[in-house]
Amino acid sequence: MGKRVLLIEDEPNIIEAVSFILSRDGWDVSTHSNGHDAVGVVLAAPPDLLILDVMLPGKSGFDILRELREHHDAEALPVLMLTARGQLKDREMAERAGASRFMTKPFSNSEVLEVVRELVSA
Amino acid sequence: MATLNILVAVCLIYVTFLFVVAFGAERAARRGRGGWMRSSAVYTLSLSIYCTAWTFYGAVGNAARSGLEYLTIYIGPSLVMLGWWWVLRKLVRIGRSQRITSIADLISSRYGKSNLLAVGVTVLAVIGTTPYIALQLQSVTLSFQVFADTQAVAGQTVDRDSTALLVAAGLTLFTIVFGTRNLDVNERHHGVVIAIAVEAIVKLFALLAVGAFVVWGLAGGVAETLQKIDSSEIGQWEMRGDRWATLIFLSGAAFLCLPRMFQVMVVENDSESHLRTASWAFPAYLMVMSLFVLPIAVMGLDLLPEGSNPDLFVLTLPLAKGNEGLAMLSFLGGFSSATSMVIVAALALSTMVSNHIVMPIWLSLTGGGAQISGDVRTVVIMSRRFSIAGVVLLGYLYFRVSGGGSALSSIGLISFAGVAQFLPVMIGGIFWRGATRTGAFAGLSVGFVIWAFSLLLPSIGSEVVLFQTIIENGLFGLSWLRPEALFGIEGLDPLVHAILWSISLNALTFYVASLVGFPSPLERLQGAQFVNVYEHSATPQGWSGTAAQSEDLMIMAQRILGAREAQTLFEREAKRQGVTGYLPEPSPDFLRKLERELSGSVGGATSHAMVGQIVGGASVSVEDLMAVADETAQMMEYSNQLEAKSEELARTARQLRQANEKLTQISVQKDAFLGQVSHELRTPMTSIRAFSEILRDSERLSEEEKVKYSSIIHDEAIRLTRLLDDLLDLSVLENGQVNLNLQQGELRMLLDHAIASALTGNSGETIKVYRRRHEETAVLNTDLDRLSQVFINLISNAQKYCDSPSPELSISVTHTGRMLQVDFVDNGKGISKNDQAVIFEKFARVGEMKAGGAGLGLAICREIMGRLGGSVTYLPGQGGAAFRVELPLTFQPNRVNS
Repeated sequence: MGKRVLLIEDEPNIIEAVSFILSRDGWDVSTHSNGHDAVGVVLAAPPDLLILDVMLPGKSGFDILRELREHHDAEALPVLMLTARGQLKDREMAERAGASRFMTKPFSNSEVLEVVRELVSA
Repeated sequence: MATLNILVAVCLIYVTFLFVVAFGAERAARRGRGGWMRSSAVYTLSLSIYCTAWTFYGAVGNAARSGLEYLTIYIGPSLVMLGWWWVLRKLVRIGRSQRITSIADLISSRYGKSNLLAVGVTVLAVIGTTPYIALQLQSVTLSFQVFADTQAVAGQTVDRDSTALLVAAGLTLFTIVFGTRNLDVNERHHGVVIAIAVEAIVKLFALLAVGAFVVWGLAGGVAETLQKIDSSEIGQWEMRGDRWATLIFLSGAAFLCLPRMFQVMVVENDSESHLRTASWAFPAYLMVMSLFVLPIAVMGLDLLPEGSNPDLFVLTLPLAKGNEGLAMLSFLGGFSSATSMVIVAALALSTMVSNHIVMPIWLSLTGGGAQISGDVRTVVIMSRRFSIAGVVLLGYLYFRVSGGGSALSSIGLISFAGVAQFLPVMIGGIFWRGATRTGAFAGLSVGFVIWAFSLLLPSIGSEVVLFQTIIENGLFGLSWLRPEALFGIEGLDPLVHAILWSISLNALTFYVASLVGFPSPLERLQGAQFVNVYEHSATPQGWSGTAAQSEDLMIMAQRILGAREAQTLFEREAKRQGVTGYLPEPSPDFLRKLERELSGSVGGATSHAMVGQIVGGASVSVEDLMAVADETAQMMEYSNQLEAKSEELARTARQLRQANEKLTQISVQKDAFLGQVSHELRTPMTSIRAFSEILRDSERLSEEEKVKYSSIIHDEAIRLTRLLDDLLDLSVLENGQVNLNLQQGELRMLLDHAIASALTGNSGETIKVYRRRHEETAVLNTDLDRLSQVFINLISNAQKYCDSPSPELSISVTHTGRMLQVDFVDNGKGISKNDQAVIFEKFARVGEMKAGGAGLGLAICREIMGRLGGSVTYLPGQGGAAFRVELPLTFQPNRVNS
């Protein structure tokens, strides 16, 4: 049984693509598509890895991450942040919020796989 | 007796004649027909007041006593006229340019308009002149006496005192009538000048007639006369060089300094060219006057009984020879000499007394300037009149007190010596800029003290015991302070002695004190004006005032010059300055002019003080005042400039701050925009890249999957294209020139087309559209394509976002005036209040709604409606999402919101 990856992303096509890539590699992928209750969803069943989009309806990825890091259960959760806003500012904000890794859209599929593997094995 | 009566009658006729002449002259002058009265001939004749009764009668007496010495009295002025005409010219120029009214005014003006100096000079002039006036009165009474004595058979005597009083009163009246008619110095005393010119002719004619009678009637011819002269005592007379030199100097100095001479020579002068004529004509007149002096003296000594008064030979010779007609003419000559002198002297002295003593006192008592009530003009005239009366009265009193001594010429010389004390100060003042007020004071004081002590005191000393002691033993018993042997120098002629000491010490003190002291700026300024009178006739020397003072100056000027003259003066100046109304700016130039104008009436020092009282800073140093005014003006100008500059700086800083804020804001907006654009571009590209990689790398994909993923790539590519289109569209609408394609079309058709465009190609459930087509008949004249774009956007938004289970959109149309409203209301949840505020912003997307739009649609709609002169707004409280499009039925370019 593969490790569980939770993808929080609002763009349906991207959800589909990421799910496809990870599932094919043997990961157990679940998805969620809005920011409002994202924290609750994560804490309810903490995954082995969280892939988090920044611009989400309801609550931004940075806010969700900051809230998660305050909880004991999600303190050490590996988090890969994805953002379509490729500015330096966003990378810094991600690091401050406690992201394990940060990737800019569009990404290469193999790269995403590599990072996911790396984060979970660490 | 008959002769005496005739004499009185002739006298009265002559006086009446003089009055008529003077009146006629005044009238002619008033009518502007008096040009001839201002000729050089009249000017020259008027100078003949130098020849008073003293010269008329006394010269013969002098010749009888001292031989040719009488000539010195004529040589002095002749030398001045011939050799010193340039001094006179300068005096005249200064007198005219500075509106000098008297010698006191000249000296006071030159030395910083010092009124104290003016008072001093006035007092000294009065002291010096009073005996001289007494002398004239005496000569008239004496000549009357002569007639009376010859008629003594009739047992009648002439009361000397009442004769003198009568003459004095008559002269006072004449002087008042013709001397104080008007106040402006420009309107000089025509009547007086003409009268004295006539008198000059009379006295010359009289003396020539007596001379001719003596030479040809008594002596029997020129040769016989000369022979008689040779054989007489006078022929044996020896000339004393020191006395001659002194007398020539003295008479020359007196000619320049006598107040009455100053009056006719400078004050009454009309043109400098007259001076040129007078410079030879007047010496010629004097020469003719002196021609028969010696023959008359010799014949008088020869023919008249021993002990006869030689001072009256001119009168007694014809009388003794029974030629009463000639005697009467001679009497008229003497009378003329006396009266003309008294008239002019009284005029000159009264001007001085009035301007420098009476007016200042009166002004200080009443508060001065424009604040006083009443007419200053009247006061000035009254003051002049009383001064005239006072001066003549003083002469009369002196005559009464002195008892009418018979030695006329000695009184004349003492007077001459007195006024000669003005010479160093006057000449120094007009030729030496270094001369100061202190120097003038010191010099005049020393000169007059020595004069009074060494000349005046001995002349009256014989009757006062105390003076007698001083004369013999010296002041305080100090022998070197004996009046007639000062500093131990003895043996000199008393007159020579007095003149030597008084003038030399006067000049020396004046010089040294001037060197020691520092002149005030006003003195320096006046000094420069006087000394360099030819260079600058119009340099600033006066005041600077404010506009508020113009009225005060006007009030003051009216009281002194009279309402009409003052108004004319002010109006003329206002016109010259280009100011509207009758009040000119009190520019320094105008104030100086006004001051001079006023000084014609009240004298330099007083007018200076009066203007000063109004303009401020009475004894102000004008240079300082000007400098301060200049500096203040500069500082104010500078401070104004600074203020303006700092205001400008503040404004610039504010503008810069605003610009900076705006730039920062724009920069922030631009960053946000770029971030959003980046996000909107990267999102579809992410899908495209991911699925294209999947398609490339995965071999085990079902056909179904391949189609699905290819479709996603296709759709996302279209989304990208649409996004770029929208961005460009918006960019053009926001910044570029939008070319509107105006067309006419019916609203109904437009909506049909829009609904069709928005809803076709939609997979899944289509929103149900409700319309009231009968409302949609309006015909629009606008850019139909752009309006259609807005409609399509709104309808497709409703299609995308309406979350009702059975979505419906209702379109309704209303007209308000020339405006058309089209409302689009769906039956969904609507848009939250927070979101309503941002839906028209770029990239704004509402809630969790996700329909693939980039969030530029409504922003584009807003821009389009703005361009069409209308608007698109959200209508709250309609249940579902509601938008209202409002636009004019006919597009009007001027109503377009930029």
